[in-house]
Amino acid sequence: MTATLDPPNPTTAHHLPEGTREIAFREALREAMSQEMRRDQRIFLMGEEVAQYNGAYKVSQGMLDEFGPKRIIDSPISENGFAGLAVGAAMYGLRPIIEFMSWSFSLVAADQLLNNVPKMLYMSGGQWGCPVTFRGNNGAGGQLGSTHSWTTEAIYSNIPGLKIAIPSCPADAKGLLTTAIRDDDPVFNLESERMLSDKGPVPEGEYTIPFGLAALRRGTWSGERDSDCTLVSFGRPVNFCIEAADELAKDGIVCDVLDMRTIRPLDIDSIIESLKRTNRIVVVDQCWPFASVASEVITQVCEKAFDYLDHQPLRVNTDDVPTPYAKNLEAEYLPHKGKIMAAVKTTLAGATA
Amino acid sequence: MPIRTVYKAQVDHLQILDEDGKVDDKLWRGDILSDEQVVFAYDFMITCRQLDEIAFKLQRSGRMGTYPQNKGQEAAAIGSGMAAVKGRDFLCPCYRENAALFLHGMPMEYVLMNWMGDERGNKIPEGVNITPISIPIGTQMLHAAGIAWAYKLRKEDRCVITYFGDGATSEGDFHEAMNFATVQNVPCVFFCQNNQWAISVPREIQMNSETVAQKAFAYGAHAIQVDGNDLFAVYKATREAIDRARAGGGVTLIEAMTYRLADHTTADDARRYRDEAEVASWRGKDPMIRLRKYLEGKGLWDDARQAASEEKAKVLVAEVVKRAEGIEKPAVTDIFDYTFAELDPELELQKATMRTSSIGQEPSQVGLNSGERQHA
Repeated sequence: MTATLDPPNPTTAHHLPEGTREIAFREALREAMSQEMRRDQRIFLMGEEVAQYNGAYKVSQGMLDEFGPKRIIDSPISENGFAGLAVGAAMYGLRPIIEFMSWSFSLVAADQLLNNVPKMLYMSGGQWGCPVTFRGNNGAGGQLGSTHSWTTEAIYSNIPGLKIAIPSCPADAKGLLTTAIRDDDPVFNLESERMLSDKGPVPEGEYTIPFGLAALRRGTWSGERDSDCTLVSFGRPVNFCIEAADELAKDGIVCDVLDMRTIRPLDIDSIIESLKRTNRIVVVDQCWPFASVASEVITQVCEKAFDYLDHQPLRVNTDDVPTPYAKNLEAEYLPHKGKIMAAVKTTLAGATA
Repeated sequence: MPIRTVYKAQVDHLQILDEDGKVDDKLWRGDILSDEQVVFAYDFMITCRQLDEIAFKLQRSGRMGTYPQNKGQEAAAIGSGMAAVKGRDFLCPCYRENAALFLHGMPMEYVLMNWMGDERGNKIPEGVNITPISIPIGTQMLHAAGIAWAYKLRKEDRCVITYFGDGATSEGDFHEAMNFATVQNVPCVFFCQNNQWAISVPREIQMNSETVAQKAFAYGAHAIQVDGNDLFAVYKATREAIDRARAGGGVTLIEAMTYRLADHTTADDARRYRDEAEVASWRGKDPMIRLRKYLEGKGLWDDARQAASEEKAKVLVAEVVKRAEGIEKPAVTDIFDYTFAELDPELELQKATMRTSSIGQEPSQVGLNSGERQHA
């Protein structure tokens, strides 16, 4: 029996079913994969170090023992190789899960990921689907230097034919990954190394979270008054938005925090629904600003809800430079609570209660 | 400690049918391919050569986009294609083995449609085991390894054969695919059509290794070089490689030495970089010349049969062209289909509002359908 975690209304996103307990983000990912592998023999997990070593980040811990070396496979160090292999295996009916140790390393697989994975179905006139789940760490991992700190949201979300999930908490990590594995299209699941040890409530049984449905993490659409500003984010920075919102609340500034959960598809309707109540919006995105997901969200807001804006939309991205190596510089470069609070206050400057 | 040799290797070259149509009886027994099969192969070469020439003319007269001619490489495609079993084995091609695709059930007009710019040419008919023609260089080798991996996991007695050129062996995909296929021992045959030129780059500039075949040793694969213009050598080597792979005996890299008698594609002019004397010498090695001599020597072919076969090919190819050009254009709304398994709401909206410029915008929002905009 599979439950859907959330009914199609973002306001109820906090509700979790019975059998919920606290586990870490990495355990939630593992639980999704293991539960799916038990119910579907077509699924296999492949990647660097996923088997013998139990995963570079221990996401696949114990899975080799349970599923054996035919389904949990240590690949050679060749991202383009196993990405392409997954395409072939998927074309012949298997359901591969491919772990990139880091999405930074996915760049060497560009020809497969950009030229084959999203286009196979289209170029074969609907014949050859590519139901592969690609997953791994995305974003600054904590002083990994600029080559290993890629945030790939903007690059990959530009490509038609891909679905992109980006969980911000363990419960979503499990539900979104389950949906990804069951999806008939290729899904990129962008996880964060910095969040793998984060703990949160996660239901025990199988459940899916529908793609293209945001969750309202702060604020309410049924209270006495509407919030003052809409904060939109996805992935790890959602947590920074929550911190900022909680801090702002002490000063009486109330924010809606919308966690998009998937970038493709994008739940623009929920963003506009919130904006209609707040008339102000700040988009927080851990990618570089130029042609980012934040750019896209703001473009769509301007196209679809321009008349609801009382202040120009703002975005908080990283600085437009390669990710710095030094700890203090990296921390300042990323979107953080301080930057988010400042942006929210800017949208409210001159506003009367 | 004395120095000792830890690895030794040699590459064998197999030729059974020489340029004069003489067959090596020690290597070729009549029962490997029956006379009927050999006649069929030659007759089919005539058809494929005709299609190739007509495709070239279609391009020159503006009826086709770009087209890569297969001319001169028919024995490699047909010999390997006949060695693989239709419906059982799987072909992962690039774009210079049309004949193999036709043998395995790909309708001829599909290849023309593909080069005429119709995606439906890549929609392989149900039951035909071929992946779409791969234009990115070398990516299909990994798909082949993946399909072979699926065969192995499912314990299916089948084999995958993937085609690529000499230039593609410089791509990472080749090495990654060879490495994966051998380390997992999947039933896969790597078939390199070494036609000596990667567009304008000759083999000696492309690689320092004397043969492509020797690259197999780095991965623990079997290696063989064959005369790629010799139908018998190609057939025999491929058949053995497929049987070995199916039996779990390992991966084989076959280097078929052939020559691109035409340009790389219709967008190329090889006269600017190729020596005419080299081309002329290879014209003498044309796979069709020697096979005809062989058949005539056995009394299986003559001028009358040649004329009849050419006439048959002309009629058949004319029909193929007619079908390719006669197909109804795809509906404009097809732009949106096949991006995802199911049309998502955003694309559905775009499909419904094709005249608006923005993603998924309602016509009312840009003032197309209704005059007044909604105000907050």
